[in-house]
Amino acid sequence: MAWTKKDLLGLEYLTQEEIELILDTAESFKEVSTREIKKVPALRGKTAVNLFYEPSTRTRVSFEVAAKRLSADVINIATETSSVRKGETLIDTGKNIQALKADIIIMRHNYSGAANMLARALDISVVNAGDGWHEHPTQALLDIFTLKEKLGKIKGLNVAIVGDIAHSRVARSNIWGLTKLGANVTLCAPEMLIPVGIELTGAKTSSNIDEVLKKADAVNVLRMQFERDEGAAFPEQLDYFKKFGITEERLAKAKKDIVVMHPGPINRGIEMSSEVADGANSVILEQVTNGIAVRMAVLFLVSQAKEAKK
Amino acid sequence: MKEKAKILDQEGINRAIMRIAHEIIEKNKGVSGLCIVGIRNRGVYLAERIADCIKKIESANIPTGALDITLYRDDLALASGQPLVRKTEIDFDINDQNLVLVDDVLYTGRTIRAALDALIDFGRPKSIQLAVLVDRGHRELPIRADFVGKNIPTSNKESVEVHLQESDGSDEVLIAEKE
Repeated sequence: MAWTKKDLLGLEYLTQEEIELILDTAESFKEVSTREIKKVPALRGKTAVNLFYEPSTRTRVSFEVAAKRLSADVINIATETSSVRKGETLIDTGKNIQALKADIIIMRHNYSGAANMLARALDISVVNAGDGWHEHPTQALLDIFTLKEKLGKIKGLNVAIVGDIAHSRVARSNIWGLTKLGANVTLCAPEMLIPVGIELTGAKTSSNIDEVLKKADAVNVLRMQFERDEGAAFPEQLDYFKKFGITEERLAKAKKDIVVMHPGPINRGIEMSSEVADGANSVILEQVTNGIAVRMAVLFLVSQAKEAKK
Repeated sequence: MKEKAKILDQEGINRAIMRIAHEIIEKNKGVSGLCIVGIRNRGVYLAERIADCIKKIESANIPTGALDITLYRDDLALASGQPLVRKTEIDFDINDQNLVLVDDVLYTGRTIRAALDALIDFGRPKSIQLAVLVDRGHRELPIRADFVGKNIPTSNKESVEVHLQESDGSDEVLIAEKE
């Protein structure tokens, strides 16, 4: 099958086949990062712009590394020091970047749907690097890629997503991707952090972490996003760790080779203990490595689709 | 696509590969420092078959790898139909080796140009030699093969189809007329 979309906005909008194409392409790209010369000329002469309205190191650097390994030129725009501070609208910023003849905008924005809006307004590719509480498609893709690499398949797996579901775009993208590929997803969190209506996505919900862990083949532990706590309901940190934190004691009762994931940055001692984060079941750093291959695949596919339309 | 003629059958292909294996050994005065890399897809199967033949002749295992050249194509931007990116697997050091690059059909030479670029990213072989099952002419770049299974003069309107057991279920080389 061929990739036809100029943008990657979210996993909700992709078919199972499209998700699998990204994963297969990423598998081929993984090898590039193991070479002595970690570079292929596929996107030579293309320009990718990192446009980040929210702080990020992991995702921004990962996209930058991915684009550079494809030989694209990368420009980073930090919105705190750009014309955004003078009140320029998102669409105007986007159109100016397009007028500079850039080919891809990689955007993180604090408003849900910002990437969709920008993609509609522009002819160049937009890759969503996280928009509000909506989606973070490449993070979910790299989670799923890592899971597939570890367990050989996705179909039929029991995957638990634990923690701050309410504020998590990572959770939403993972739910879409995993259910489309046939996994059973259970969301586990204090009730105040499970959004109303989330089961419409096909995921189950639970507030009993020990029961959920018993059945899980993998657990994706989300970061508690205390910076988003604006007086809304939020559990007290130590209390949360006691009731939902992933510890060695809890893992001892789970499947022996359960895969433990975290999108980072970790709050050690809140979502999970240090022993678990650094333990044998943890694949957290492999996720980071795989993120490059997945993002290379995404950048490659969206720019191929763009060429095909010409 | 209208089939016009069968140029090689299974035995013909086997003999050509065996002869190429002998020629590789002869040209390199043995097998030390030799490695083989096939271009995906069919070049990989041919590379493995050549390595098998060399093993029969010299009782030596030759490191064999697979190269995907998609990301190095000069027509990537205008490629009709999206090329699928497949895996490159070269898990040995190619520095200072005599490397034999293998493909099924040599035509314009552009695939080989891309493969040479890709290989140089992996290291600096002592030499790169080219083995192809079929050379059909019509070069667009100054590239030639060191080992050729069969030279087949063709017209640009024809296409040469190599079928191999591993990918197509049968061993044969056909000439077809493009319709």
